[in-house]
Amino acid sequence: MSKPVIATTSLAGCFGCHMSILDIDERILQLIELVEFNKSPVDDIKTFTKPVDIGIIEGGCCNSENVEVLRSFRKNCKILISLGECAIMGGLPAMRNGIPVEECIEEAYVNGPTVQLNKERILPNDDELPMLLDRVYPCHEIVKIDYFLPGCPPRADLIWEALVALITGNPLKLPYEVVKFD
Amino acid sequence: MSELIKFRIDGTECMAESGTYIVEAARQNGIYIPTLCNMPGVKPKGACRICTVRINGRMMTSCTTPVTQGMEIESNSETINELRKSIVELLFVSGNHFCPACEKSGNCELQALGYYYQMMVPRFPYDFPQKGVDASSPYLIKDQNRCIMCKRCIKAVRDDQGRPLFAFRNRGNHLEVVLDEELGKQMTPELAEAAMAACPVGSILVKEKGFAQPIGKRKFDNKPIGSDVAV
Amino acid sequence: MENIAKLIAWKFGNDRTRLMDMLIEIQETEGYISKANARELAGLLGTSQADIEQTISFYHFLSMKPRGRYSIYLNNSVVAEMFGRKAIRETFEKAAGISFGEVTPDGLIGLFDTACIGMSDQEPAAIINNKVFTRLTPFRAKEIIRYIREGRSLNELVHEGFGDGKNQDPRLRAMVSSNIRRKGMVLSDNYHYGKVLREKLPTMSPEAVIAEVKHSHLRGRGGAGFPTGFKWEFCRRAKGPKHFVVCNADEGEPGTFKDRVILTEKPELVFEGMVVAGYAIGSDQGILYLRYEYRYMKDYLEGVLQNMRNEGLLGRNICGIEGFDFDIRIQYGAGAYVCGEESALLESLEGKRGEPRDKPPFPVEKGYLELPTIINNVETFATVVRIIENGGEWFTQFGTEDSTGTKILSISGDCMFPGVYEVNWGFNVNDMLDMVGAYDVQAVQVGGPSGTLIGPDEFYRTLGYSDLSTGGSMIIFGKQRDLLREVVLNFMEFFIDESCGSCSTCRNMPQVMRNKLHKILDGKGVKKDLDDLREWGKLLLASRCGLGQTAGNPIISSLKNFPHLYERLLQRDKTFDEGFDLEASVKAANAYVGRKAVFHHHEH
Repeated sequence: MSKPVIATTSLAGCFGCHMSILDIDERILQLIELVEFNKSPVDDIKTFTKPVDIGIIEGGCCNSENVEVLRSFRKNCKILISLGECAIMGGLPAMRNGIPVEECIEEAYVNGPTVQLNKERILPNDDELPMLLDRVYPCHEIVKIDYFLPGCPPRADLIWEALVALITGNPLKLPYEVVKFD
Repeated sequence: MSELIKFRIDGTECMAESGTYIVEAARQNGIYIPTLCNMPGVKPKGACRICTVRINGRMMTSCTTPVTQGMEIESNSETINELRKSIVELLFVSGNHFCPACEKSGNCELQALGYYYQMMVPRFPYDFPQKGVDASSPYLIKDQNRCIMCKRCIKAVRDDQGRPLFAFRNRGNHLEVVLDEELGKQMTPELAEAAMAACPVGSILVKEKGFAQPIGKRKFDNKPIGSDVAV
Repeated sequence: MENIAKLIAWKFGNDRTRLMDMLIEIQETEGYISKANARELAGLLGTSQADIEQTISFYHFLSMKPRGRYSIYLNNSVVAEMFGRKAIRETFEKAAGISFGEVTPDGLIGLFDTACIGMSDQEPAAIINNKVFTRLTPFRAKEIIRYIREGRSLNELVHEGFGDGKNQDPRLRAMVSSNIRRKGMVLSDNYHYGKVLREKLPTMSPEAVIAEVKHSHLRGRGGAGFPTGFKWEFCRRAKGPKHFVVCNADEGEPGTFKDRVILTEKPELVFEGMVVAGYAIGSDQGILYLRYEYRYMKDYLEGVLQNMRNEGLLGRNICGIEGFDFDIRIQYGAGAYVCGEESALLESLEGKRGEPRDKPPFPVEKGYLELPTIINNVETFATVVRIIENGGEWFTQFGTEDSTGTKILSISGDCMFPGVYEVNWGFNVNDMLDMVGAYDVQAVQVGGPSGTLIGPDEFYRTLGYSDLSTGGSMIIFGKQRDLLREVVLNFMEFFIDESCGSCSTCRNMPQVMRNKLHKILDGKGVKKDLDDLREWGKLLLASRCGLGQTAGNPIISSLKNFPHLYERLLQRDKTFDEGFDLEASVKAANAYVGRKAVFHHHEH
């Protein structure tokens, strides 16, 4: 039997959740035994090259590219996991929710205290650039998400236990300490 | 002392003085019933509904209902737990509860109940309401994004003339808890501390203070809420 | 007027529990309650300004901003919408040059929405400075604004003449019509008021009065249906230095207006019933809690009370009964549906926000000012008089076994003859529709938004506490109505606006459900949404009061009885859709940066 295939991505996140994946320390060697990584920053595979069993999503959706990546994950993965607060509830980026997107752009590129000089009011505007969404969306408001692992970042033990349970089919027993929202 | 009476919680025989509220009576018998708006020493006001139990087929809040002789209370059942969990989730989506950025994280009772009921994601859509932050008092910050309208500060925090420093404003889903402008400016640092302590979440914060305890040492880091009760 | 707060507070004895009276007087005198006045009141009453303001901000008709010298409150209930409110609203806006929620720059006119004002039999209707204007048309709306601008007085704005019956009383002079279409024992003309007080009460002990009421099996007419006799007995037994009789005239359930009619046509009967109750429970003080929407009856009702005092039907040693003193005062609400809930009403009576109390204790033990109190509906008090007159046994011949007597229905909506009908309990819906001339009926809302929406397959059902229980509101919807968009959505908005906000459930859940309904109406619904609505609605049952527990009923009951209306809106090809729309979500950013987002659609 071939090993289950995993893909991961970071959308509107800080890569902290990915750091936490690496935080499983030496168990990463075991993980490599258990699974094969496909598209993921971990192995730098940039496109899906085969059907994936488990897709792990860090970050919510703040722009059009996030949405497209998320949708392609849904298309290519049997199971999707929202990993961390941003994927689950928008997280820090979602603190802009409620502020009109115009104001956000204005603050970032025209009025912000770190903007030295932009008298021409030039806004980044190239077709290659993704477009900001009206607000930041949790992933499960865009595609169906099968599992949620909270935390900022989720504890490495939580990620490990959840993945092992998912791969082996063994029941998941989580100690109190590992499920945290911060 | 009033008379001792017998009642049952989920079939377990319990005893308490008659007139004791169910929450307290349960606690005396080593049974934890989760609460949010309840606070020792102030009159209860069944606002959060977390402590709902079922008695004779009726939903009652156990913080406001006194035990009576022979009462049969259903508390730790699937239906009631599911109800409580969904109320916790409802409170999460109706505010902007972003735990990683909150000074109260680890000591927050709402968060602790999220852990208690293993909330991985709320079942309801996030509302992302637009709410303000009032930092006009020299001592306090009142962050409306995190307020759960439990009324604890309204009831518990009064100045030396007995005037309440906090009050509701508006009603329904426009409801807010506000700090009195004038009294907020005159308040003592001790009262500010008391206000922060009265708040179960991170809506009332003493200025220039936060993240004092490291992760791992906070109230609910290692032990679930209610651990002090359950036997 | 620098010291108006001081003057008014003094008038009410600087008594914190009379805060509502103070606030209403300031509001009516000044057009709003200024920060300065709130601060002044706080000082006089020994509390914080925020505490005063929490009461003000609870009530719809109290405001801390000027509402205009002429404040136009246009009803936004479902029946108003059905009969052309939209056109009236637009006409008012156009003529006044402002939007609803605003005041003209000169401070002359303010336009505001308001929940059901108890005129569903003559909508669209509005309240302007406590005067009711019914059957509005765009022509009238334009004219009203013009007259206001010309500086005419409020009375001059009334063009149509006054309504029927007592509405023509010089102290009332209202253009409201009573529209009594069927009379029974309560609305009957063959009772001369005072008879029971003069002839019966002196011959009966309080216990005997209670026994008669118990024997009649009379149940509360407000909707909850608690046996009146038992309530009185519990209260009589409860210990306290003083007992109170409170009449609940806060009929706020959209579509209800029968209390308006009873208080207009038979106020003496209601007050007489309160005296009987006072005698029965051992009380010397009655309070009529009247919704602010009926403020136009103030002079009239005060006049009726004065007449009764003059005739010895109120006051000391009433009708020669030694030591039986009783008087009635009127306390006004200020626009809050939830105050119709008896314990919220008590809070409001005490000058507080109308947040329902936790029960137990019940009002019969700890009510107004923590003292034993009975609270009964207007119709209940009126009915009691006929029971004492004729005996409990006589009463039981009307109605059914578990629902004795008559019920006064407020019938509105799509029918030929909206108005008030007094029928025996046990009447079925089909007969009711025939009675009022309702044809091609799609649905009937029984008991208002908090009740149930039933379709033709349930019209065989009968009105009564064990089948279709109702406080009296009956709204009829014809085939032409879009039930979900016109009715259910309107009702959900009503509950969202009218929640006191105290319970986490009722404060938040109706909004969550309303949003989901919007999603379905927008064509984004999937089957799971209906399952969610059914499941989530149950959470409301954990709310403290009847409002909260029923706040999901518009959706829950229509989903149960009209599932096809929802199902036909669902997307058949999808099992997942949370309503996200990529194109729509980048629209604002597209417009701001001045380009159209290109979606790559590349397979990553």
